[in-house]
Amino acid sequence: MPKAKVAFYWCASCGGCEEAQVDLADKLFDLVEAADIVLWPVAMDFKREDVERMPDGSIDVAIINGGIRMSEHEEMVKLLRRKSKLVVAYGSCAHMGGIPALANAYTKESIFKYAYEEAPTVNNPEGRRPEVRASFDGVELELPAFLDYLKPLDEVVEVDYYIPGCPPTPEITWEAISSILSGKLPPKGHVFGSDRALCYECPLNETKPEKISLDTIKRPHQIVLDPNKCYLTQGVLCMGPVTRGGCKALCIKGNMPCTGCFGPVDGVSYQGAKALSFFSSIINIDDENTFRKLVEELGVDPLGWFAKYCLGKGTIYRKKEER
Amino acid sequence: MREVVIDPITRLEGHGKIVIKLDENGNVQKAILQVPELRGFEKFLVGRTAEDAPQITSRICGVCPWAHHMAATKALDDLFKVEPPLAAKMIREFAYNVFMLEDHALHFFVLGGPDFIVGPTAAKEERNLVGIIKKLGADVVKNVIITRKKLRYLEQLIGGKITHPVLGLPGGVAKPLSDEDWKICFDTSKEGIEFAKFAYKALKDIVLSNDQYVELIKSDAYTHKTYYMGLVDDNNNVNFYDGKIRVVDPEGREFAKFDVRNYLDHIAEHVEPWTYVRFTYLKGVGWKGFVDGKESGIYSVAPLARLNASNGMATPMANELYKEFYQVMGGKPIHSTLAFHWARVIEMVYAAERMMELIENPEIRSKDVRNLPKERPDVGIGVVEAPRGTLIHHYETDERGIIKRANLIVATQNNSARMVLSVDKAARSLIKNGKIDDGILNMVEMAFRAYDPCHACATHSLPGSMPLIVRIYDSDDNLIKEIRRD
Ligand code: SF4
Ligand code: SF4
Ligand code: SF4
Repeated sequence: MPKAKVAFYWCASCGGCEEAQVDLADKLFDLVEAADIVLWPVAMDFKREDVERMPDGSIDVAIINGGIRMSEHEEMVKLLRRKSKLVVAYGSCAHMGGIPALANAYTKESIFKYAYEEAPTVNNPEGRRPEVRASFDGVELELPAFLDYLKPLDEVVEVDYYIPGCPPTPEITWEAISSILSGKLPPKGHVFGSDRALCYECPLNETKPEKISLDTIKRPHQIVLDPNKCYLTQGVLCMGPVTRGGCKALCIKGNMPCTGCFGPVDGVSYQGAKALSFFSSIINIDDENTFRKLVEELGVDPLGWFAKYCLGKGTIYRKKEER
Repeated sequence: MREVVIDPITRLEGHGKIVIKLDENGNVQKAILQVPELRGFEKFLVGRTAEDAPQITSRICGVCPWAHHMAATKALDDLFKVEPPLAAKMIREFAYNVFMLEDHALHFFVLGGPDFIVGPTAAKEERNLVGIIKKLGADVVKNVIITRKKLRYLEQLIGGKITHPVLGLPGGVAKPLSDEDWKICFDTSKEGIEFAKFAYKALKDIVLSNDQYVELIKSDAYTHKTYYMGLVDDNNNVNFYDGKIRVVDPEGREFAKFDVRNYLDHIAEHVEPWTYVRFTYLKGVGWKGFVDGKESGIYSVAPLARLNASNGMATPMANELYKEFYQVMGGKPIHSTLAFHWARVIEMVYAAERMMELIENPEIRSKDVRNLPKERPDVGIGVVEAPRGTLIHHYETDERGIIKRANLIVATQNNSARMVLSVDKAARSLIKNGKIDDGILNMVEMAFRAYDPCHACATHSLPGSMPLIVRIYDSDDNLIKEIRRD
């Protein structure tokens, strides 16, 4: 039987997803045993042209990380989709947009204006900006243009499976790859990781009461967290209840609350809204003034708290661009 | 179009694009390094809670997340006006040196090193880890991989997540070092010192004992007389985690020494329409275009610049190597771009020795690792030396600590103007009469690779597909050769 063909590719990635793949370490040898890697820019020299030359559908699985920010990303993932039997979105950027999708709450114009004119160190009285076409000392130069928003992978091509996390852990990466390679295919649309919320695997779960009720909310820098008590009971927002398990509670072992990088549990389409409704339901304040005061004093940041990794999935913010 | 060559690269972080234009004799009229991306972190930090900045900004780059995490954390100390307890500072500095050692090792053995270890004009299939295995043996590579794994494990013990840590908070760190973790840190530090010595021996045996290499390092094609910048401690020794920013002029004389809080008095940025990266320069000298020399405000950061901007290393073995470095290269400052590699290995030795110093100090085991902020936040500025140079985070918030404005002066950006110079000069020196081959082009690339650039960071953008595109045009603007590595 011929070896399976696997492609890895990165779009708008920070490189952390590649680090996670390299952290497979000894498992990488098992991977090379089981499959031919036909594309992996971080470590191997295959390139776009090589992929173009392959027959359609000849790659068994393409594992793609990073969000879609540039036109080249769009082209490349469409090419990979055509060449591949299965496409896997790897990491929260490909899955939901990830942290760079927080930029979707700002217009392209305001991002450029700040970066090239308003930033305190910039000295640019002529208002120069990077241009798609410009020249330097008589040489004509081109720059790629920026898409209007950062999009998750499944908004551009069909995605078969998802590997969550920012970045995913090497363990889940291996679990997903080996299950796909062995032909034990989960149902289409499956998200690897646990099918239950993070709380179930959290070492502090025993201390989490059946019913939680918060009289106030504290931000992580305002409190010395007790590492032995569920953070919610300490008044600190922890995304554990509305986040898919599978990381084995890494942040919590670092004595900090979960911020939700594994995305929503099965059946929830938008983690941000779910989080907002969950936290509203456990806040025990029924007097409007008290509530308003809490929100104002605290400086609630719903995007950063509840939709930190999933804003790319939320289309509501994109309206701003169109106006 | 005469020919198109396509050739991917894996030894650069972030996008880069080089365009070379030839005159009618086939000599270089101009070679340009472009950075084709932008992400806009400074903008979308606005509206976020300040204490989240160390986690958000680590997503600027998954290759040096710890540098952003730490610069942001230090900016938060300043923002909330709270001093961390000694143990917290020591834990931070320890973890940071673990990261520096791990990251420098990656560059030395995988990204930049192959140019020397395997050879600058060796076949392109060999100028990578594969070539290193052939040259140094599989055991050596195994040692690199295993050591890297152990160092990264320490990062997880201390930071929760390896790649995007959750350790840093204003006034301290999220958790103290447990006794079991301390033991693992201690043992790995010991191995770290052996590993750094081993890297130095590899450098010495392969590069320094080869006269041709030393000549190449010293050659004019890779030389630029610019200013140099780096963090120094009270004795003007190199420090990665803390200190004052010191700048020396091209003759090696102190030009400025300042607290990062005053960086706006010293650093400004220039914008060009043909690249997304902003070019930093010394305000006190001014932007004079892409020229080197004392009259030009262009400066350099990262290992060589750090060594040039300091008087020595604070640990014994590294300091010996420091002295030897300047002796062999003929005095201070060293202007040879390729000497960055050598300086990087000296820094590996320092990082390992510093890890040991910190972990051996009983104070690091104290459980007192947090002071809670009590003051109203307003402006916070923090600095560290990233592997790729001086990194500054600057936040302004309202009284609740919601970010209103952010400015990031990112390591590679500080080298961006000098890299443009380096690529142009190397191309001019190496490409003659239209003769271009892969070896020559690799030697052009070496001119920027020495900086270990991370264009993802420089543009607060995305490494994305990391392609390097070299387009060569003749004097009639016909594309005669394109080398794409993507
Ligand atoms: S998911 Fe996280 S680690 Fe992966 S590319 Fe995005 S920001 Fe980086
Ligand atoms: S809410 Fe957070 S701390 Fe509490 S059990 Fe769930 S994951 Fe753990
Ligand atoms: S604890 Fe939450 S934020 Fe941290 S790695 Fe796990 S899912 Fe991601």
